[in-house]
Amino acid sequence: MIEIDSIAKTYDGIKAVDGVSMTVETGTITVIVGTSGSGKTTLLRMINRLEEPTSGEVRINGASTLSVKPHILRRRIGYAIQGHGLFPHYTVARNIGAVPELLNWSHDKIRARVDELLELFSMEPAQFRDRYPAELSGGQQQRVGVARALASRPDLLLMDEPFGALDPIIRTRAQEDLRRIQQRLGSTIMLVTHDMEEAIRLGDRIAVMDGGKLVQHGTPAEIISRPATDFVANMVGDVERPLRLLSLIPLSEVVEDGDAPGDALSPEASLRDALSACLWTGRTAVPIVQGGTHLGRVTLGAIRARAEAHE
Amino acid sequence: MKAGTIVSAPGLLFGAFGLAALLTPFMTLAANRIVAGDGIMAWNLAEPSAVLPGLAAVLLGLALGLPADLTKVRLAGSVLGLAGLLWLAVQGAPALLDGAGEYARVSPATGFWFLLVILMLLMADALAAMSPGPLMRGAVLAAVLGVLAVILWSGALSDLSVLKEYASRRDAFGRELLRHLGLAFGSVAAAAVIGFPLGVLCHRRARLGGAILPVLSFLQTIPSLAMFGLMIPILGWVGNTVPGAQAIGIAGIGFAPAYLALVLYSLLPVVGNTGAGLAAAPPAALEAARGMGMTPGQRLLRVELPLGLPIILTGLRIVLVQNIGLAVIAGLIGGGGFGTFVFQGLNQTATDLILLGALPTVALALASAIVMDILVDLTRRIPKVSP
Repeated sequence: MIEIDSIAKTYDGIKAVDGVSMTVETGTITVIVGTSGSGKTTLLRMINRLEEPTSGEVRINGASTLSVKPHILRRRIGYAIQGHGLFPHYTVARNIGAVPELLNWSHDKIRARVDELLELFSMEPAQFRDRYPAELSGGQQQRVGVARALASRPDLLLMDEPFGALDPIIRTRAQEDLRRIQQRLGSTIMLVTHDMEEAIRLGDRIAVMDGGKLVQHGTPAEIISRPATDFVANMVGDVERPLRLLSLIPLSEVVEDGDAPGDALSPEASLRDALSACLWTGRTAVPIVQGGTHLGRVTLGAIRARAEAHE
Repeated sequence: MKAGTIVSAPGLLFGAFGLAALLTPFMTLAANRIVAGDGIMAWNLAEPSAVLPGLAAVLLGLALGLPADLTKVRLAGSVLGLAGLLWLAVQGAPALLDGAGEYARVSPATGFWFLLVILMLLMADALAAMSPGPLMRGAVLAAVLGVLAVILWSGALSDLSVLKEYASRRDAFGRELLRHLGLAFGSVAAAAVIGFPLGVLCHRRARLGGAILPVLSFLQTIPSLAMFGLMIPILGWVGNTVPGAQAIGIAGIGFAPAYLALVLYSLLPVVGNTGAGLAAAPPAALEAARGMGMTPGQRLLRVELPLGLPIILTGLRIVLVQNIGLAVIAGLIGGGGFGTFVFQGLNQTATDLILLGALPTVALALASAIVMDILVDLTRRIPKVSP
C-alpha cells in the first residue's frame, strides 16, 4: 500500500503540488491525469524522491520514503519514462539487467530474469537479448524500457507518460500489454498521462490534478458519471461521457438469453463495442460467443438501460 | 569488365601531378653541406640501365592508380611507385657522389618530395576506398613503419645527406628523440591528469565551467613563441626563490619551461572535449539512470564516460599531434627535442640538418594521429546500424 500524506512542493513561492493526499492499494493501477503544469509529474517524481517534497511524506507499506537514501529507495521503485531512456551502449539484456546489477544479483539470476521478462513482453530472448536499442523499433524500445523498470520486482512502478512517443496503433497495443502484465504480476503502478482516454482504459483508480491540487480521486466510472468539478467534466468531455462509461462495462454483465443475426462479439468486449456494431450494421442486437460456445445476446435496449442507469 | 574502364578522378590528378613532378629536379648535388646544390633530373642520376627500372616503376605505378574500381590495383600501383622512388634514390646517390669530392652532398629535391607525397596520397586514397576496420589500419601502419625501419637499417640510403647528418649525430639523435617523446607525451599525460577531473567538474557545475573555459581559451591564444618566452622569467624566478626548485630541474631555460608551456596549451582541448563528451549522453538515459537509483559516480562511470569516451579521446588526439609539433620550439629555449636540430640547421643554413629534426617530427605526428584515430574508433560503443 502506498500512502501519500499531504505532500507539497513549492518552487520560488509557487505551489507546484499543493497538499495532495491519497492511498494506492497494492496490485492496482492508479492513473494521475491532468493538463501540463497541473503538478502531476512533480507528484510522481516526489514518490521516488527525484524531487524532494517541501512538506508531507510518502509511505510505502508503512515505511516513510524519507527513512532511506534516495538512490537506495529508487532501486526498489521501477521508473519508466517517455522516450524509454534506454542506454544506447548497453545491449537489451544489459539494459533490462541494469537495476539487478545495481542490487548485486548473481549473473545467472540476472540472465534468467532478463529472459523471463523478454518472454513476458513477447520478445524472443535469443533474438533480442544481444541487440542494441538502436536496432529496435519504437514499440520494442518502449517494451524494453518497461521490462527494465520491472526487472527487480519493485514494490511500485512509476510511469511518466510511458506511451507518449508511440503512434496510436502501437500505443493501444502497449496499453493492452501493460494491463495484461500488471494482472499477471500483480504489480502496483502509478502512471502519469494527459490523455483521459488512456486513464480510463488503464486505471483502476484515476486521480485528476488541476493547479497542483488533487481535484478528484475515484474509479473511472465515478469520474465519468459524477465529475467533481467543471475541470474534471471538461477533461472527460461532456459529449463523450456516455460512450466512455459504456466502454468500461463488459458485455458479460448484460448478456441475456436469445439469438441475434450477424457477426458475434466476445463477452470481454465492451458495451461501446456492441453499440458501435449495432449502429454500423443496422442490427438491434448482437450475438455473444466465447470459444465457439453461444452465450446469448446483447440488445440495444439493454445498452441504453445501462447508459441511463449511471446515477 | 566495363566498370573497370572508368577513370578515378583523384587517380588522374595524381598521374598529371606525378608527371609534372618528374619534370622537376629529382635530386641535388652540392659541393658541401652548406652551399646550394645543382638540380639533377631523374634520368640523369646514373647510367640509363640503372635509372630505367626506377623510372618505369614510378610511371607504371602512377598509371595503375587510374582505374576507379580496381582498388587493389591502385594500392599495388602506389607500392610499385614508392619502390621505384626508392630505387632511384638508392641508385642515384652513390652514382652522383662518385668523383664529386670528399665533402659533396646528395639530397632529394622537389621531384622526389612531390612524388613521395603524391604516391602516399594515392595509397591513402586506395586504402580509404577499402574502408579498413581499426585493426586493419593498425596492421597497415605497422607494416609501413616496419618497411621504413628496414630500409633505414639496411643502409641503402646512407649516402643521402640527411642520413650523413644523422650518422655524425647518432648519440644526440637518440637523446633528442627521447626528449621529444618526453615533452610531447609527458605534457599530454599531465594535461590529461589535470584536465580530465577539471572537465568533469566543469560539466557538473556549469558556473565553474563558465569561469574556467575562458581562461583556458585565453592561454590558447598566446602565440607559441611568446608562451615559451614567457616561461623563462616566470620559471627563472621560481627556480631562484623557491627552495629546492632548482634541485629538481626547475629553471628559466631547459626542459621545465617547455614542458609547462605545452601542458598549458593542452588544457583547453582536454577540458573542453571532456565536457563535450560527458554532455553527449542522451538526457532521457541520464534521467532513467537517476530514476533507477544510480549514484552520481555510477552515472559517470557507467553512462556518461562510455558514451563520451570517443569525444574525450579525440581531445587527447588533437593535443598529442599539436604538442609533437609544438615541442620543436622547445629547442629554442634549451628544452631539447628534435627542435635542437631544426634550430642548429637554421643557424648553419644546413637544410639537411633541419630535415633531420623535421622529418621524424612529421612521421611521429602522423603515426600518433593514426593510432589515436584507431583508439577513438575502438571506443565507439554504439553500433551504427539502424533497424
